[in-house]
Amino acid sequence: MVEHTGIRVVHRGGSKINFREPVITSDSRFLLCGSGESVKVYSTSTEECVHDLQGHTDLVTGVVLNPSNHLQAYSCSADGTVRLWDFTDGILIKTFIIRYHIFSIHVSEKHVGVLFVVVPMANEKGSELFQLVAVHLPRSGDPEVEVGELSAVLCDVSPNPGAVSFGTGGEYIAAAKGLQLEVFFFKKQKSYRFSLKSGMNKGINNSFTCISCHPKEDCIATGHADGKIRLWRNFNQKKEYTYSTLHWHHNAVNTLRFTPEGTNLLSGGIESVLVQWRYTQENQKDFLPRLGAAITHIAVSPDGSLFCTSHADNKITIILSSVKVSAIIQGLVKDDCVRTDLMIDPRSKALVLNGKPGHLQFYSLHRDKQLYNLDIVQQEYIHEQGVDQFQVVKAAFDTHGDWLATVEERRQKSSELEINLKLWSYDEQTQSFVLNTTVTAPHEDQITAMCFSPSPETTLLVTTSLDGHFKAWLLADHSDTEESASWSCDFVGGYHLLKPGCCCFSADGSLLAFGFQEVVTVWSPTSWELLTTLSQPPGAVRDLCFGRLSCSKYLLGTSTKNQLCCWNLLTCSLEWNTPMDVSLLQADPFSENMAAFCSQSGSTDLFVFKPSEPRPLFSKKALCTGKVERAIFAPRDQMLESSEEYSQWLNRSQLYFLTQHMDLMTFSTKTEEDRLLASSKQLMVDDSVAITPFYLLLGRHKQQQQEKQELLTNPLAERTPLPQGSIAIKELLDTPAHVLPSASFLCSMFVRSLLVSSSSASCQDAMLTWGMLLPG
Amino acid sequence: MASFKPTKIQIYPQLGAKVTQDTLYWKNYKAPVQVKEFGAITNIDFSPLAPHNYAVTASTRIHIYGPFSQEPVKTFTRFKDTAYSGRFRSDGQLLVAGCEDSVVRLFDVSGKVALRMFKGHTKAVHVADFTSDCYHILTCSDDYTCCLWDIPNSTELTKYKEHSDYIRCGATSKLNKDLFVTGSYDHTLKMFDARVQKSVMTMDHNHPVESVLFYPSEGLLVSAGGRYVKVWDLLKRGQPLVSLKNHHKTVTCLCLSGNGQRLLSASLDRHVKVYNTTNYKVVHSFDYTASILSLALAPEDESVVVGMTNGILSIKHRKTSEEKQGPTGQPRRQPVFRVFVKGRNCVPKQDDFLVSKSAKSHLAKYDKQLKRFNVSKALDTALENRKPEITVAVIKELDRRGTLKNALAGRDEQNLSQLVNFLIGNVVDPRFAPVLVTATEMILDIYKAVVGQSSVVDRQLVRLQELVEREIDYQQDLLEVLGMLDTLFASTLPRKEVPCPGNTQL
Repeated sequence: MVEHTGIRVVHRGGSKINFREPVITSDSRFLLCGSGESVKVYSTSTEECVHDLQGHTDLVTGVVLNPSNHLQAYSCSADGTVRLWDFTDGILIKTFIIRYHIFSIHVSEKHVGVLFVVVPMANEKGSELFQLVAVHLPRSGDPEVEVGELSAVLCDVSPNPGAVSFGTGGEYIAAAKGLQLEVFFFKKQKSYRFSLKSGMNKGINNSFTCISCHPKEDCIATGHADGKIRLWRNFNQKKEYTYSTLHWHHNAVNTLRFTPEGTNLLSGGIESVLVQWRYTQENQKDFLPRLGAAITHIAVSPDGSLFCTSHADNKITIILSSVKVSAIIQGLVKDDCVRTDLMIDPRSKALVLNGKPGHLQFYSLHRDKQLYNLDIVQQEYIHEQGVDQFQVVKAAFDTHGDWLATVEERRQKSSELEINLKLWSYDEQTQSFVLNTTVTAPHEDQITAMCFSPSPETTLLVTTSLDGHFKAWLLADHSDTEESASWSCDFVGGYHLLKPGCCCFSADGSLLAFGFQEVVTVWSPTSWELLTTLSQPPGAVRDLCFGRLSCSKYLLGTSTKNQLCCWNLLTCSLEWNTPMDVSLLQADPFSENMAAFCSQSGSTDLFVFKPSEPRPLFSKKALCTGKVERAIFAPRDQMLESSEEYSQWLNRSQLYFLTQHMDLMTFSTKTEEDRLLASSKQLMVDDSVAITPFYLLLGRHKQQQQEKQELLTNPLAERTPLPQGSIAIKELLDTPAHVLPSASFLCSMFVRSLLVSSSSASCQDAMLTWGMLLPG
Repeated sequence: MASFKPTKIQIYPQLGAKVTQDTLYWKNYKAPVQVKEFGAITNIDFSPLAPHNYAVTASTRIHIYGPFSQEPVKTFTRFKDTAYSGRFRSDGQLLVAGCEDSVVRLFDVSGKVALRMFKGHTKAVHVADFTSDCYHILTCSDDYTCCLWDIPNSTELTKYKEHSDYIRCGATSKLNKDLFVTGSYDHTLKMFDARVQKSVMTMDHNHPVESVLFYPSEGLLVSAGGRYVKVWDLLKRGQPLVSLKNHHKTVTCLCLSGNGQRLLSASLDRHVKVYNTTNYKVVHSFDYTASILSLALAPEDESVVVGMTNGILSIKHRKTSEEKQGPTGQPRRQPVFRVFVKGRNCVPKQDDFLVSKSAKSHLAKYDKQLKRFNVSKALDTALENRKPEITVAVIKELDRRGTLKNALAGRDEQNLSQLVNFLIGNVVDPRFAPVLVTATEMILDIYKAVVGQSSVVDRQLVRLQELVEREIDYQQDLLEVLGMLDTLFASTLPRKEVPCPGNTQL
């Protein structure tokens, strides 16, 4: 097999924006946050992404504003570099190479030219011990500078950036780890350690989770895993320190932040409630409840007018200082696993998968933006650990996007499984899905697969379950009664009490295939007659796919015992089979092509083939590490016109897949990259003048003037250009008005300067008459 | 910040018949007006003329009622014995009636004395009707004969002696002056043509025939006898089309709705059933207090008149469009118009800054408590609610939050007895059982230490135990029946072999 170099695997959006604390710029207009390998600059008012600062080659682990220039920001990354950006224009200014895996970055106004970064003790990735080091930035004009000067400040710190904080304008730095709080005073070059007694024997986990220092006074606030907040004072002595305790959170305090004036303390945790404590009047609290998901970070703008909280569901909420939500920046929500498959909404062409708990998210692949969330469960989410919540586990669209079927389930430890099947119809007026029918307990056990019939005549849904049955649901029309149309069960079937694992409709909806463990049964959905059974033991059937278009006579199936089989439906016999451990088989809805992801020795290979041809169109070995469980063919906006055989399969649609680490990847071809490059070049054309609103107004005006002048250049109106560079004019215009001599004195000088020295007489005459007309 | 999502109240499927267009149509009648007659009401006939008076034959009288009056506008009393079958002629001028004394009398509707008396039968005449040309009268009698009479000179034209038992029903064709049908207690229906001396068609109903009815097109004939209503296709030489068995006593009367789309049958079992004439399914049914002998519908279905064996005439009038709006009673006092208008008609000026006011969402009492995580109070407020669906939904929500045990615990005697009372009422309801069984188990776990301290609660717990034991017995019986049925169904299903490519090779 040939490896093709023209097709590359690329990241396509959807990276975490809640990994590290976001930063609000000093004018509160922009919000900076690390997002995967880049830093994103969002507008705080419009929620739009303004710039995508690209340059890092690994995960960005921290962003801070440059304390000496508020229009610049430092970002650090796991690739061992710190980069300085001009975020308003999106330009990389400098790169500092540190050569350590950097976990977080801290700066202070008092320490100009020094960065504090957390790096592992030994320069290995797997190291468990971390240290805080000061990096003295060398002054040099080169865009890339190697930093050699590192000095350790604190040993054994937590890699969590929330556990290190500068106090009182940078006089000391405080770090917490485990049950120990360490404060380092720069002036005295001395550190003090304070430790708490372990509450483990009482069943309390009172270890430190986060820390924040008061900006004006000597006070350190620390958050603890048991939900308590301690305010430490008098810590510049070893012995006489004191602390007071605040308690509201019932789970661990994830993050703490003082406002810039030190009047308020903000805290957040898994309860997803932002708590605002008044400093010195701690029993007065303000709450902002139901923010959607656990709060992971809180950031405050330097002027204190905006707060922002980042949440566990890849969301940043921007909050006014009056504790009101003003904007929400939402990224692709990725849980630890995608329970529903990846789907494409036929109407909006958006990627659909389960998002926030109990919701389906619609995510635009082209704009890398979440479009909206559809609330499936419609129940108040209780933010508490150990509560079993309803989860959306299956979803399916019909061919036109008129109907959406969802399955939610909740498994309680004590009682039995609760399953709901919900059917949603698309409402043209509100442009969203409206609940039509809820079926409680549609099956007795988990639903394994669900699909709509693609035939245009009937609206038919088929579900298969581990209880050994499959059910067909039909949209029943109650035209004779007052009720609107609703769904009801039409047929219940099974095959020798075997458990069905997958189901698939043929492209025209005339055949329906179920995989009952080792047996594939083919049914007619019109008469519910079992037409034939196919099997290729050993191994249970994992995935089934009908061929499309010219290959519609084939049925493909994969089994757990490394088999990929292709049956001919006309002869009901096996056409071919190959030994392959196919983890996922996906059919392209726009062509005959099929994509098979095979896992082999820890990595995944991809084969794209037509069922009718024995040779794959495209293959790529070692696509990524780990298994690929979810993939989808998404339609393209514009068709590509690639004539090369190996990239033709990407002409109409694009293959997206999720790796084991939940990265959304896709394939990009050369023609596509060329096109992207061309469009970016177009933007670069007039790069000499920055495009400001001013330029847009005046620049166009200037161009128009130039055009006008060109029109006027005929021999009659030809005029010699005025000697603008003359000293007199310059003097007249540049000297401040209050030191100028009187206008009458200046006038003659000015007029004389306008005279053209050695040109035709006629011109001089004209100028003379000019001079006579002027007074004085 | 999202708002609090209220507790979802499960909507359970409504048991019973579905509301169809037919149900709405046939329910759209006012409460019946009842009039007491002297004896069993054997026949009701509507006049084809405009005010649509109707003649009610009961005992020895025929009363004529107006469409809205409850008193008869006219009465014919000149009968020596029980009168039968008072029917109007198609012009509404004449009325004919049979009598127990075998004499058939013809009346002018405006007069009092009989215009003509047709004597010739030897026994009671139960059927008398005009032919479509208005000049002849058909009579059927208990002497097994039926006769055609000429009105102008009151002579007998033809006499047919083909039946072998009482003839109790008959109908003349509205389209042909010579055709008529009779139904007799000898189980047969006969169709006669006045131009020949013999019956032209005979149909076997298998039961004494009580009523016959032509369809408006007269291609189909309906007959009622015994518990059966049968429809015959006359164009196919009286082939039976359909046989309906929806009553459990003798069907006595048949009638068609105004548009001919629905067929009504009345029976001694006190029901009137409405059939759809395209698929002959029962679409609606009326209940009455006594066995029904006669039934008639006013043109356009404006009223339904039913006569019963106990002499009660029940008249139901259709609701007019105003009365359909709702029950007439005291009109609810509305707030003054000014209250609604206040501030609403203010139009913002050009430079005004509009401050939008978010609509305040109203939460139910239990939701307010749930929002504040006051679980015990939420359960208390839910228990005060009358609807068990809401209480069960709140219990389910508490269970989902994992705080049901906290909500159930720490109650005093009164609170606990209220809770157990609710359980006694609803625990065996199949809709609520899955939720309430867990709650019951929790209550028993929590309060088992204090059993025996309160007589009230103990008594209730004993009741609950009895209830659950009885329910378990029921369920066991049901499962047994289900098992029996399964074996029956399994043995009746045909076995079918599925073609399998693997089998052919073996």
